[in-house]
Amino acid sequence: MITMDRPVHKKIVRMDFGLFSPKQIAALAVAKVVTPELYDQEGYPVDGGLMDLRLGVIDPGLRCKTCGQKLKECPGHFGYIELARPVIHINFVRPVFDLLKSTCKYCSRVLIPEEKAKRYLALLNKVSEEEGFEARRRKVKALVTKFKVKDKCPHCQEKQEKIRLEKPYSFYESDVRLSPIEARARLEKVADDDVQLFGFASSFRPEWMIMTVLPIPPVTIRPSITLESGERSEDDLTHKLGDIVRINQRLFENINAGAPEVIIEDLWDLLQYHVTTFFNNEVSQLPPARHRGGQILKTLSSRIKSKDGRIRYNLAGKRTDFSARTVISPDPFISLNEVGVPFAIAMNLTVPERVTEWNKAYLRAFVERGPHLYPGANYVIKPDGRRKTITAETKDEILAELETGFIVERHLIDGDTALFNRQPSLHRMSMMCHRVKVLPARTFRLNPAVCNPYNADFDGDEMNFHLPQTEEARAEAEVLMLVETQLISPRYGLSVVGCIHDGITGNYLLTKELILQRPEAIDLLYTCGVRDFSRLPHKEKLDGREVFSVLLPADFNFSGTDRSGSEVRIKNGVLTSGVMDKANLGQESGLMLRNIYETYGPAHAAELLGKISKLGIAVLSRRGFSIGVSDMDLPAETKAEIQRIIAEAEKETLSLIDRYHEGKLESLPGRTLAETLELRIIEVLNKTRNKSGDVAMKQVRDSAATVMARCGSRGNVLNIAQMTAIVGQQALRGKRIEQGFRGRTLSYFKRGDLSATARGFIKNNFKSGLRPHEYFFGAMTGRDALMDTALRTPKSGYLYRRLSNAMQDLKVDYDGSVRDASGKIVQFAYGEDHLDVSRTKNGELDVKKIVEQME
Amino acid sequence: MTDKDLIEGYADRLPPSVLKAIQEVLPSKATKKQVEHVMEEALAAYTAAKIHPGECVGLVSAESIGEPGTQMTLNTFHFAGVAEMNVTTGLPRLIEILDARKEIKTPMMEIYLKSPHNTLEHVRTFAARIKEMVFDEFVTEFALSIFEQVLRITFNAEMLKAHQLTAEELVKVIRLRTKGFTVQVKESEALFKPKESGEHIKELYNIKEKIRKVVVQGVKGLRQVLPVKRGEEYIVLTSGTNLKEVLEMKEVDPVRTFSNDLYETQAVLGIEAARQAMINEVSKVIDAQGLNINIRHIMLVADTMCVSGALRGVTRYGVVSEKASVLARASFETPIKHLTNAALAGEVDNLTSVVENVMINQPVPLGTGLPGLVVKMK
Repeated sequence: MITMDRPVHKKIVRMDFGLFSPKQIAALAVAKVVTPELYDQEGYPVDGGLMDLRLGVIDPGLRCKTCGQKLKECPGHFGYIELARPVIHINFVRPVFDLLKSTCKYCSRVLIPEEKAKRYLALLNKVSEEEGFEARRRKVKALVTKFKVKDKCPHCQEKQEKIRLEKPYSFYESDVRLSPIEARARLEKVADDDVQLFGFASSFRPEWMIMTVLPIPPVTIRPSITLESGERSEDDLTHKLGDIVRINQRLFENINAGAPEVIIEDLWDLLQYHVTTFFNNEVSQLPPARHRGGQILKTLSSRIKSKDGRIRYNLAGKRTDFSARTVISPDPFISLNEVGVPFAIAMNLTVPERVTEWNKAYLRAFVERGPHLYPGANYVIKPDGRRKTITAETKDEILAELETGFIVERHLIDGDTALFNRQPSLHRMSMMCHRVKVLPARTFRLNPAVCNPYNADFDGDEMNFHLPQTEEARAEAEVLMLVETQLISPRYGLSVVGCIHDGITGNYLLTKELILQRPEAIDLLYTCGVRDFSRLPHKEKLDGREVFSVLLPADFNFSGTDRSGSEVRIKNGVLTSGVMDKANLGQESGLMLRNIYETYGPAHAAELLGKISKLGIAVLSRRGFSIGVSDMDLPAETKAEIQRIIAEAEKETLSLIDRYHEGKLESLPGRTLAETLELRIIEVLNKTRNKSGDVAMKQVRDSAATVMARCGSRGNVLNIAQMTAIVGQQALRGKRIEQGFRGRTLSYFKRGDLSATARGFIKNNFKSGLRPHEYFFGAMTGRDALMDTALRTPKSGYLYRRLSNAMQDLKVDYDGSVRDASGKIVQFAYGEDHLDVSRTKNGELDVKKIVEQME
Repeated sequence: MTDKDLIEGYADRLPPSVLKAIQEVLPSKATKKQVEHVMEEALAAYTAAKIHPGECVGLVSAESIGEPGTQMTLNTFHFAGVAEMNVTTGLPRLIEILDARKEIKTPMMEIYLKSPHNTLEHVRTFAARIKEMVFDEFVTEFALSIFEQVLRITFNAEMLKAHQLTAEELVKVIRLRTKGFTVQVKESEALFKPKESGEHIKELYNIKEKIRKVVVQGVKGLRQVLPVKRGEEYIVLTSGTNLKEVLEMKEVDPVRTFSNDLYETQAVLGIEAARQAMINEVSKVIDAQGLNINIRHIMLVADTMCVSGALRGVTRYGVVSEKASVLARASFETPIKHLTNAALAGEVDNLTSVVENVMINQPVPLGTGLPGLVVKMK
């Protein structure tokens, strides 16, 4: 964005992996580190120390002695130290061991005959050509085990001794320690051709795995922090490197002074330890290196590894500017495609707009209003790339020089394109594009109908907001991610948004039973955005269906069923029979809406959905719709009837139990007697619950709760039955409640009591209230459900991570085949028929509709 | 030209499923012109519904399976009629399948029989015949006498009769494993004596333990059998599997009989069968949970797991380890291992997949990142 007129385009095409030779390490380095001291008395970095200025700068104001750049410009440069004695790199212990074991002690050839070696090599090349790297690696692993069986060299006929690896990094040859020097000497002699047999690159020498020089990472990757007290606190890596340099110096001195071999050996081991923990501080056989306080040092391996390591945290996970996050709340009166943004956020996030001849006056107005007056602007970017903050002082100056080619970073205004996201982002509908609608108050507002794809509710959920900054990004977001383009789920090819709650209830009542006066009808329609009333029949009294039909397109035809199974017919945009409920308006099922989407396109469907929702809400707010405890009232006879049913059931259970004890109960096939009893009791009790529920439902037929259950907007018949009649049997793992105390569920019961009450049957309802033991049984199942959710979430999260990691590269190629990143074909035709699920109806092409429309 | 010919004329442009659907719903009285019109419309609709090149179908499939995973129950067991005949369902089973575990929790088979054999009577006897019966089940008592140095086995006469076996036959089965001992068989008793005198109590004990688990009758591995009515016919559900031996039986319908063990299916019937078995098994789990996931997503997962010619789980040892890109593997799990191995083998990462490009801030080669786009900024 800074230099638009002269775009610089760099692309990384490939990345090679390999090992550095000691020579390369030295050649790459800009400084040789010789002293463990970091700073001199003035606090200035010591030359030849670990913070040497040639290794990069971390202090503001200083310049790098290698590249002359300042902090944040200089990428840092490697240094090196020469190790007094070679040490083995901990990550290469295994390959070194393999090499030592399978090569001759004397002639350093692989312990297999010439012709066999040739054959293996050819085999390896063939495997890697045909099956790829991983297969080659497996093959190598299999081959390496074959190399070391010989105890006599087939080349020089010398007898071989057994080599043993003492973890983590010492080798013993028949109980004599093999020093890294000796090991390195052997590796040096291994022929290039033989090295390849171990699956190593031909450009690579095995002795490089045992280090004689150690590269020192640039200071920029191990910056020190200055504490409040002015004291410097060094990075863990610097600490570790300091240890290495110190021991290395001592080792040098001792060798030069001709110290006894024991002392040298000890120091050498110590050097090996430090170098090892520098690379990996989590080697299981070694005590981890610690800070003085006892805190474990975080060295190279742990920096890279795991969820909060470099790869997953910093490289694969990105952070963005131009984003916001706050609590969400519902607003049914904004469009499905919109998101309500509070002023506070709208005045902080900016959209860059380039000044041209045609919009100069328009953008000038933003700058004139400044950062504190909405809609204003916060920054101006000059053509030379410099950014200027608009303040009361700078405003006049900026206005004077504002010219074509400037970029004004103006406040968010209605209609801007933004991305909206709620975590966990489990599917692509978790991040959709919305149009901005700037609103007062401090929360993001969204249409309740889009709650479903985001899986959001308003009990304190927060959501993230991102503002695309370039035209390409905006275009892409609008075309591919706008809410209305995401209405159909790619998972099952049905809609994921639909009317919810009041949107359904209102339309259900409207189309089912309401008769309206003409002014009422017009008022309703006006509220939901209708301005053309020509399609409203010219009558004083209007049927609810006639009012609803005004929203539908005039040429729309549809036939389907409602939830109760009766026919719904729309002919030429008029709802002639049936009612509107979840089956036609809701998500997933919402068939009528689905047909509108297909026939009139996403924009129209989204608009209509908004209107229908608003109509429903308007109907309810005018008609009135409320639920209360009295909705659950039952007449005395009904209550008595329910009591009678329960008493009967209890009697039946008791007789079953009696028969069981007397041994008169006949067992069901394949079941023990006890199991049979359980099954029979459960059957009886469930029947009781259903029966009393039915009895109760007859009485509460016209309460608000039943209306909601019937049209599918919220709750179901079972919920109502539990409130009015009986809660019913509590089941734990498909059985009645059985554990707890010895032989009984609660100390309140007798031992061995198998009766309904003692095993979790709740015969009260939520309105009458539960007895203590009943409440306890209810809490047991509640806890079980809670536990289930808590255990499931991480499991399914991991499954999802693995799946997406394994499949993220698969794409449809131009020839319709599905291929992975390396072009390997996974499917010849996507889904065997090239169909995109999100463009189908439940995964199928709707042929029936085509045939029906045939003239 | 009949309607059928007309429809089949589109075979090169429309997939068979669509052609079949048209034939089914097309009224017989349709005129030729109408049929032509329908076909053209169908072709247009099909073309519009085709997947776009560059679409990241893999991720969409992963999302489609991963997202409903949060809604699945963890409840492992689901009764299939009889105690001990549990079937793992829900999330644990899904994980088991996608991991391509070698040992599954509840291996089972559904054995279909050919037409004359699929009546209740036949199925019952067949089920009894294939049920794995071990020696132990026929024995009421093992009596080890230290004093006499003998092992006395008392058989359950009822069991023997029910399975039409005699004590002699039973002993014959285990005879091979009792070398060095003599056997005397009386009606429902067998007496094992060492051939040589001396201390043999330990050997007798070992023999006892060894012969207890010897399969006397039935198919090895089929621990439970259950005849069940499925539609018009009866089939046998088994807990434990042995696809190879069951398919060889002459009354078994080899086309419909299956095992829920993917590795077994792969070994007996090949990778294509394993792929199909996997699709069926995943679909079964999803249907049981009342979830709706399009079959295409399941097929794509099955295909990624089977492309290499052998089953590979969606784990760090399976599918992910097969990736060509070092960085893609490193970004999943065990990055250090992948980086060191890559260095040793001198691997090259051509940066063709998603994560690497995310890492180096370059457009991802999927969707809109695939084609080059030139925009003139001015």
